[in-house]
Amino acid sequence: MPLATTPGIDTGDTAWMLVATALVLMMTPALGLFYAGLVRSKNTLNTFMMCVAAIAVAMVTWALVGYSLAFDGTGSLIGGLGHVGLHGVGFAPRAGTQIPQLVFMAFQATFCIITTALVSGAVVERMRFGPFLVFAALWSVLVYAVLAHWGFGGGWLAANGTLDFAGGVPVEMASGFSALAAALVVGTRKDYGRQALLPHNAMYVLLGAGLLWFGWFGFNGGSGFSTGSPSVLAFTNTLLTPACSLVTWFALDLIRGRKVTAIGAATAIVVGCVLITPAGGYISPGWAMALGFFGALPCYAMILWRPRTRVDETLDVLAAHGVAGFTGILFIGFFAETAWNGVSNGLLYGNAAQLGDQALAALAGPAYAFAMTFVLLKALGALMPLRATEHEEAVGMDVVQHGEEAYVTGEGAVLVMPADGEDLAVPVADPA
Amino acid sequence: MKLVVAIVRPEKANDVLEALYRAEVRGVSMSRVQGHGGELERVETYRGTTVKMGLAEKVRFEIAVSDDFVQPTIDALCEGARTGEVGDGKIFVLPLDRAVRIRTGETDHGAVTPVKE
Repeated sequence: MPLATTPGIDTGDTAWMLVATALVLMMTPALGLFYAGLVRSKNTLNTFMMCVAAIAVAMVTWALVGYSLAFDGTGSLIGGLGHVGLHGVGFAPRAGTQIPQLVFMAFQATFCIITTALVSGAVVERMRFGPFLVFAALWSVLVYAVLAHWGFGGGWLAANGTLDFAGGVPVEMASGFSALAAALVVGTRKDYGRQALLPHNAMYVLLGAGLLWFGWFGFNGGSGFSTGSPSVLAFTNTLLTPACSLVTWFALDLIRGRKVTAIGAATAIVVGCVLITPAGGYISPGWAMALGFFGALPCYAMILWRPRTRVDETLDVLAAHGVAGFTGILFIGFFAETAWNGVSNGLLYGNAAQLGDQALAALAGPAYAFAMTFVLLKALGALMPLRATEHEEAVGMDVVQHGEEAYVTGEGAVLVMPADGEDLAVPVADPA
Repeated sequence: MKLVVAIVRPEKANDVLEALYRAEVRGVSMSRVQGHGGELERVETYRGTTVKMGLAEKVRFEIAVSDDFVQPTIDALCEGARTGEVGDGKIFVLPLDRAVRIRTGETDHGAVTPVKE
């Protein structure tokens, strides 16, 4: 049956959501570039591969159980099992939208993937790849699917009236505060606080940030599930807020070091996109600009403060996603405007209760994400070593975990014709 | 007056620099080299191509010192670069005929003595 004749489907909405889904999927390799540029060259591939792994693992768990737990039914804490294995997910419209549930599921899957990938930023350069795969699989269900149900799927936060347009709770705060827990459990890199551990390729960082921003138009612009006014508003705000965050970041860099830094600018783009994620479809373009200007301040402070602590939350997921998501969620409570969103006013427009709903989400989301991730990794750590040995960390995770290097020259490489039964995973002694 | 050449692991380069600094050896050149010293070879696979990496990344330090500083320099290099595994590297001490500090034209002992400021 042609889709156009399926009752309740809008072809324009569906067309946009197909594109938006592809845009959001692209954000995960973009994040891989962003993260890979921020680590040392010997860990480039491993860092990028954690993002690739998130696509592999989280997509499978999402199709098997995650989607069902997040979006089947309106249970208060967790969804049902009606869509396990994508049962009943077809061309009929998803309730509350005019797009096929299949597209809705795919769009939401890309959110689960990028969020799982985000957490890896806390443990790069030392966590073993195998345990990360197990962690990603469990985290995508136990943390992401649960919080997606609370915020998007009709769970208690959504039912309570919390406004979260594109994932301030399940994506941004969940990844940020899970990253903090992961950094605490996995521990610091061996050289952290002793040596300068510098980004090895600032161009990757900038390129990754640019591609993330591009993909974020699908992320925020698609979260209205339509081509209607909430999507248009969120799409445009996704342009405004990060631009304003950039301006603030430039100013703060100038004040602090008299130079505008490139990696700072890349960070500001991500921070701006995160800030507008929860608020995109709920606040006016004017307030979206204000959010970009002022919301960047706590994130900047956090990024300066964190490296002075003993917490090696390596790529500052907490600052860029946790703190920015928290700020964006609260911002809605003050500045949401019915004239723009048709849903609810914030404190400034006479509805103080909205701020209460937002504050509740800003406490409950991080608390659950932190606690669950902490317990999950502690349990996993009891079953298998989470991190590489000091020697392996020194050699670099690319060679140790993947048997490849990002910048291999080939000088001195001897071609091996593997004989039957020879185990090439074991290093061989020089015959001489 | 000697030229001390040391080949060490890249991941120990920072420890070596720290140890040299503590030993008050201030004039140092450092370069990245590829080398092989009998350590285990890494096996890597790129798609279907499996290779033994015969050469490992190493860092080479070149330090010109006056005779009094030869032993402290060697001690610092050993302290900073040692892990106890095969592949920690080598130190070579070479005679040095002349040294000239380009800025001042000082020669020999004066040229390899750190500037006191």
